[in-house]
Amino acid sequence: MNTEVTNINANNTVELEHGHGAELKTFGFWIYLMSDLVLFSALFATFAVIGYNYAGGPGPKQLFDLPYLFTETMFLLFSSVTFGLTMVAMNGNAKKRVITGLVITFLLGLGFIFMELHEFYGLIAAGHGPSRSGFLSAFFTLVGTHGTHVFFGLIWIIVMISQVVKKGLTDGVRSRMMRLSMFWHFLDLVWIGVFTVVYLLGVL
Amino acid sequence: MFGKLTLSAIPYNDPIIMGAVISSTVLGLIIIALITYFKKWSYLWNEWLISLDHKKIGVMYIVLAGVMLLRGFADAVMMRAQQAMAAGANHGYLTPHHFDQIFSSHGTIMIIFVAMPFMVGLMNLVIPQQVGARDVAFPLLNSVSFYMTVAGAGLIMISLGIGEFSNTGWSGLAPLFELKYNPGSGVDYWMWAVQISGVGSLLSGVNFFVTIIKMRAPGLKLMRMPLFTWATLTTNVLMILSFPVLTGALFLLTMDRYLGMHFFTNGMGGNMMMWNNLFWMWGHPEVYIVILPAFGIYSEVVATFSRKRLFGYKSLVYATAAIMFLSFTVWLHHFFTMGNSVDVNIFFGIATMFIAIPTGVKIYDWLFTMYRGRIKFDAPMYWTMGFFVFFVVGGMTGVLMAIPPADFVVHNSLFLVAHFHNMLIPGVLFGYFAGFHYWFPKVFGFRLNEKWGKRAFWGWAIGFFVAFAPLYVLGFMGMPRRMSHYSVLAWQPYLIIAAIGAAIIGLGVLAQIMQIYVSIKERKENMDVTGDPWNGRTLEWLTASPSPEYNFAVIPKVEDIDAFWDMKEKGIAYDRPKVYHDIHMPKNTAAGLIMGVVTLGFGFAMVWHIWWLAIVSIVALIATVIKVAFNDDVEYVIPAAEVKKIEDERFRILAENQDKNFMNEVKGGTK
Repeated sequence: MNTEVTNINANNTVELEHGHGAELKTFGFWIYLMSDLVLFSALFATFAVIGYNYAGGPGPKQLFDLPYLFTETMFLLFSSVTFGLTMVAMNGNAKKRVITGLVITFLLGLGFIFMELHEFYGLIAAGHGPSRSGFLSAFFTLVGTHGTHVFFGLIWIIVMISQVVKKGLTDGVRSRMMRLSMFWHFLDLVWIGVFTVVYLLGVL
Repeated sequence: MFGKLTLSAIPYNDPIIMGAVISSTVLGLIIIALITYFKKWSYLWNEWLISLDHKKIGVMYIVLAGVMLLRGFADAVMMRAQQAMAAGANHGYLTPHHFDQIFSSHGTIMIIFVAMPFMVGLMNLVIPQQVGARDVAFPLLNSVSFYMTVAGAGLIMISLGIGEFSNTGWSGLAPLFELKYNPGSGVDYWMWAVQISGVGSLLSGVNFFVTIIKMRAPGLKLMRMPLFTWATLTTNVLMILSFPVLTGALFLLTMDRYLGMHFFTNGMGGNMMMWNNLFWMWGHPEVYIVILPAFGIYSEVVATFSRKRLFGYKSLVYATAAIMFLSFTVWLHHFFTMGNSVDVNIFFGIATMFIAIPTGVKIYDWLFTMYRGRIKFDAPMYWTMGFFVFFVVGGMTGVLMAIPPADFVVHNSLFLVAHFHNMLIPGVLFGYFAGFHYWFPKVFGFRLNEKWGKRAFWGWAIGFFVAFAPLYVLGFMGMPRRMSHYSVLAWQPYLIIAAIGAAIIGLGVLAQIMQIYVSIKERKENMDVTGDPWNGRTLEWLTASPSPEYNFAVIPKVEDIDAFWDMKEKGIAYDRPKVYHDIHMPKNTAAGLIMGVVTLGFGFAMVWHIWWLAIVSIVALIATVIKVAFNDDVEYVIPAAEVKKIEDERFRILAENQDKNFMNEVKGGTK
């Protein structure tokens, strides 16, 4: 970011638009995240409306295992911590630490996805799949949509690892890292909502 | 290998459908042959299809809208013809199932593939130049948005010849659209076409929002922005906040239809009313998404052709913003009869009536702008004045239906159909046509023919009245919408009149085609040499017509509302800059086109359950995105010398045609 600010000052207004690239993208990505949040709101609202329609099937008390989910949650929360440390490393221009941080974040995220899929697998194998009731449809869709976001985040992390290795910490890479960081923390926040609304309120 | 797709999916035994398929295929082949004959493929590819120039993307959007308008209009004519004859013993020429598909595709096409691309096209043409920028914030994303829209439109066109289209209306109908009642491909085509183009619209919203917030020329404060820019900004907010709800609703339906879930089913814990709520939480803002930009266009047109600053600029801005907020509080008026409590209905009824207030403010502002103005009655002004008259009628019927008990009487009747066409044709479409005529010279360098433009207006205006006034009456007579056959013979005369109205609109459409033909033929006589053909007020008229790809060689400084008018008054509009600089512009890329093609493949594969193709398409889509993410070399430089050459030529032409520019007329004048 700093180098780009000097660019603007050094040149005149003609360069202005060009130099604004990273800031524009960050702002645009914020706006996109807000719209993504609206998508999640729609799913939360749907869960709130039909999340108690068990259709004679099992409810959250029979299905959810809170200690398991707590562990799963910890994977995601700690991945946010490690991503934060990665960004600190990036600001200190420590390329190796950035790569290490990304790899650890990736593994934690992978652990989260693995635990989620394991939970899904267990439910479906026991006959409590998404087509069992409105509640389970809403559950699988809300949690699964979050999981899909995390999955795409993992792909993005791989892409960024290879960009940091190949290109180094260039302006372009830094700006992409910035947006990935926003995306990753955003997913963390959404998960807090999911954990509270779906699991905690369901079981307690 | 081909999923559910078999040869029996092609409706070869239906002469009407096959006629449409064969004629559109032949037309497509003729176009391809012509391009090949004139060796224009590389020109088309390099200058248009892979271009990231916002003006060219805008033109392509409007071409798409025009083609789809013809398709949607053909649907309308078929429905009018069917209803004009299918009374009593006569069952008309369409089967009920076919009729259902026609009204569904008509609505989907007109809203999603005519109004939306026309609007985004106009935004593309105008917004960057109106805010004094060289491009949109994210040029490649712009191209991606366009090709997503094309992919959606492509799916609808494919559904004509392979399989069928949805029979549950453009807004869907729970639980009729569930797999149990609708196992065919129709609902899937509708769902994926709307879903895919919806993603494109969402991305456009983000793109233009960022462009307007972040890329305005120095001095162009929010409260100096032209009204079309304001309208676009508010529309973008609505797009960003409402389209995800549509994405979500269609996603839930996808889960129902593909994985047997229970969101909108009757039974097993599904809730059919959820569909109505989610759909109209997007659907109502969507109405304002398409009409606010039209309001913006009327504002520009009225001010320009009245030679006056807009009356009550601030009130127009606040009214626009108020409509933006209120549009999120009224979705439930689409289903007052669904069994909500009285209190809920009253809340939404009153909220709906509130919208009439800012809208009324706008109408008065426009009228007062014209008051004591030196009005020139060019074609855009015709569309605008037609809008004033018709839109007030449509607004009144809207307020009438906002009263829940009254709505119970006319709900689902032709009265409703008349009402929303009354908003969408004279409201939205007239506005876009006015904008098309108004900004055409900016894009192509010559003006459209006035005479044919006015004929088109009269065709549309008279045709609209003849086609839809009877529908109001029929609504009061109790005729429900969407009937392929009826036995109340008293309705028939009105439906015959409505069909005549559609034919008169057809004359308007023909006049528009003639207008374009005549204008191109006589372009030499209507050249816009100054870049300012209408004595304009806003920044887009500062550039040459057609404007160079960088729009502004030097970014202008804005000191007042109506920045360009202000420059003309001060006599500095055509001052030459002392020095030019290198300009960075985005390089062309086929990435957007590739993503569009891949997405079309994905949509088609999902409709027909061709799973391998769906997986391949998704992987290809992700691979393209990753490839784009690795590419840091996205700009090229236009050297200062090149800019100087282009600008020298511009000033030479300006000097040659000094008598034609309006600066001397305006200079030193009062506001």
